[in-house]
Amino acid sequence: MTTFRDIADKVHAGERLSEADALLLMHHRDLPAIGQLADLVRQRRHPEGAVTYIVDRNINYTNVCVTLCKFCAFYRRPGDPEGYDHPLEVIYDKIRETRELGGVQILLQGGHHPDYGIERYEALFRGIKANAPIHIHGLSSSEILHCCHVSKLPLPEVLRRMRAAGLDSIPGGGGEILVDRVRKVISPLKTMSEPWLEVMREAHKQGLRTTATMMFGHVETFEERVEHMRAIRSLQDETAGFTAFISWTFQAPHTEMQDTPMTGGFDYLRTAAVSRLFIDNIDNFQASFVTQGLDMAGLSLQYGMNDLGSVMIEENVVSAANCECLAEITEMEKQIRAAGFEPARRNMFYDRVDEQGGLLERRLDANWDAKNPEGDDRPWDSEVSGSCSAARSDATPQESPR
Amino acid sequence: MTTATANTILPDGARVPSASPYPLLPSNPGPGDEFEPATDALGELSDELIPVRDKVFGGERLSMDDGRLLFATKDLTGVGALANWLTETRNGNRTTFTFNRHLNYTNVCAYKCMFCAFRRSGDEDDAITMDMDFVTNRIRNEFTDGMKEVHVVGGIHPELPYSYYLDLLRTIKKTRPHLHIKGFTMIELNEIAKQAGKPLDVVVRELKEAGLDSCPGGGAEVLSPRVHKKLYNGKLPPNEWLDAVRVVHAAGLKSNATMLFGHIESLEERLEHLDQIRRLQDETHGFMQFIPLVFHPDNTPLERLGKTTGVDALRTIAISRLMLDNIPHIKAYWIMVGLRIAQIALHYGADDIDGTVVEEHITHDAGATTPQGLTTGRLTALISETGRQPVLRDTLYEDMLAV
Repeated sequence: MTTFRDIADKVHAGERLSEADALLLMHHRDLPAIGQLADLVRQRRHPEGAVTYIVDRNINYTNVCVTLCKFCAFYRRPGDPEGYDHPLEVIYDKIRETRELGGVQILLQGGHHPDYGIERYEALFRGIKANAPIHIHGLSSSEILHCCHVSKLPLPEVLRRMRAAGLDSIPGGGGEILVDRVRKVISPLKTMSEPWLEVMREAHKQGLRTTATMMFGHVETFEERVEHMRAIRSLQDETAGFTAFISWTFQAPHTEMQDTPMTGGFDYLRTAAVSRLFIDNIDNFQASFVTQGLDMAGLSLQYGMNDLGSVMIEENVVSAANCECLAEITEMEKQIRAAGFEPARRNMFYDRVDEQGGLLERRLDANWDAKNPEGDDRPWDSEVSGSCSAARSDATPQESPR
Repeated sequence: MTTATANTILPDGARVPSASPYPLLPSNPGPGDEFEPATDALGELSDELIPVRDKVFGGERLSMDDGRLLFATKDLTGVGALANWLTETRNGNRTTFTFNRHLNYTNVCAYKCMFCAFRRSGDEDDAITMDMDFVTNRIRNEFTDGMKEVHVVGGIHPELPYSYYLDLLRTIKKTRPHLHIKGFTMIELNEIAKQAGKPLDVVVRELKEAGLDSCPGGGAEVLSPRVHKKLYNGKLPPNEWLDAVRVVHAAGLKSNATMLFGHIESLEERLEHLDQIRRLQDETHGFMQFIPLVFHPDNTPLERLGKTTGVDALRTIAISRLMLDNIPHIKAYWIMVGLRIAQIALHYGADDIDGTVVEEHITHDAGATTPQGLTTGRLTALISETGRQPVLRDTLYEDMLAV
């Protein structure tokens, strides 16, 4: 029978863990021992001892949504007086403020609004790029599929047009747990596992990098968490397109599932560490300070995490579910140093940037580059690292960074 | 699978002792037959921790230099693993909690400690002092027979007479005779003695006769003359705090000890604090728990300092477990360290998580974001999630029930 020691030996030897190994770790109570292993793997991938974060802004362009997920406290149905759909000017203002604060990207996400077909998105992206140089990290898989549905267009074409209009990368939101049994319980109207993965596969094929996420602590079992991690690992073997894996715990307040017992810090930390150990082909693992608080995020840096995510200038989706914390940069850096690391700012590709968002050091991703010999056309001659596709769109930046 | 066996040999050849290196007590009954203390992490400690590990295995007291090393090492996980092994050899897989409620009889306080957001002057609008009718109602209506303890602490009220404190204890006991009263810090006891005009030992005896069952550990802050002078000058000085504990323990009352850390104190001062507690315990054996308290700065004159980090809290909890070899229990007080870090602390040396509390004011006035109270169900769920067996205890660890 496999023991913890066997798994530790595998990790030391750099061997891939099986699903049974991951499951054993998920039931193992000796947390510091799991932490040591995850830290060893983190150290191999990030020997320089830096922990990164990104300064960006979460812009939720609309909260109108027809998908009605039970775990969500953010959406409003069409016609609800609390529903909104930001005019472009509002979004431009937010981006201007983001640039002034040294922000390098926007995380652009919204509900599944019945009016949002490809033309709306093209206008949105082109408008943004024409207005300011900023990296658009936008839309989840399910929003993209929603757009396909509204415009009655195939996925590859929608992604191609979105990319041409200025979409730079895609966040991994909506992944939740990639097991259909779970999805049918918590979000029956949302995309099932295969279509979610297909959007990611197609995006990677077209040269768009994405992240992968996992939302746990609701109706899923430990086996299903491991199954989720396996699905992500397999696709990454195929495409190498994921830049980061981000897991967080379900926030129950104000959702239809508010009576779900809140999962705690122990479960979070163990699951995060196991994800680092099992998913051996993704470089970066992000701590979730929004759901766990800064103290836990800082601690998770000793459990395999190497990134604190974003200093968010605005955040709507999770804070509506009563999340406790929005952190300032100084607080984040304090946590990073207390955990024994040096803080560094990054962009979506984990290139290092300075306080104005200018590129300091490019980070190579050998696996991705091997699969994409032509590169992902990051315009690194631009002085603004966030403006990756400004040159590709027909827009001209109207202001230069200070 | 097994995590360890009684004769585990670590990769460097060290043999893990098969029994606790420290004497077991009724409240530290050891792991029992069903449970093996975790040793997986002990084989991968950083080299600098190996000598400390060997001392811990041998039951040898850690020196101040060892303490300095434990604070300085980057291997916090290793420090945690050592503390975890130690606590598991004493307590097995048990984590205790209690069903309690706080009673802050007054927030009027003559002192102006820089770390406090709870105190009020007597003439402030929200100054409160409970009269006996109020106390009777509170104890009757908001406590139940199942509750194990009332935690009674208040400000240093300059005008309450000695009789108030005796009445307070008698009123609680009259209303709920079986409720354990854990009341009055050393600071309050000294003030009460001053009001009584009697020596402290006499006053403690009389309070005990009136119903006092044990004393909380608050008010120790950091037992350092330097910090005392800077932050709470005028309050009972460190050596007198220790003297007061001697009197309390001599009177047959058990107590706890705290350390309020994460403000201006140095790591050296934390270690000196631990050392003073350890030496006093050698003398009296009256401490049940040691409770490292994370300083909360909001609404205090020290707000600009900010709060210390979770990793610092865990390290301090783990080092407390390792240094205080003669104190039976280390508490992760969830109100102050936060629920999630308190859970993790159960694998970094802590074996108790405090209780339901129900209505907490002192830390919440200083910006705590934890709930003011938790149900026993929530507490047991938090403990169970960490793989521990929740055990409901009374204040003196005489009645322990696995739940």
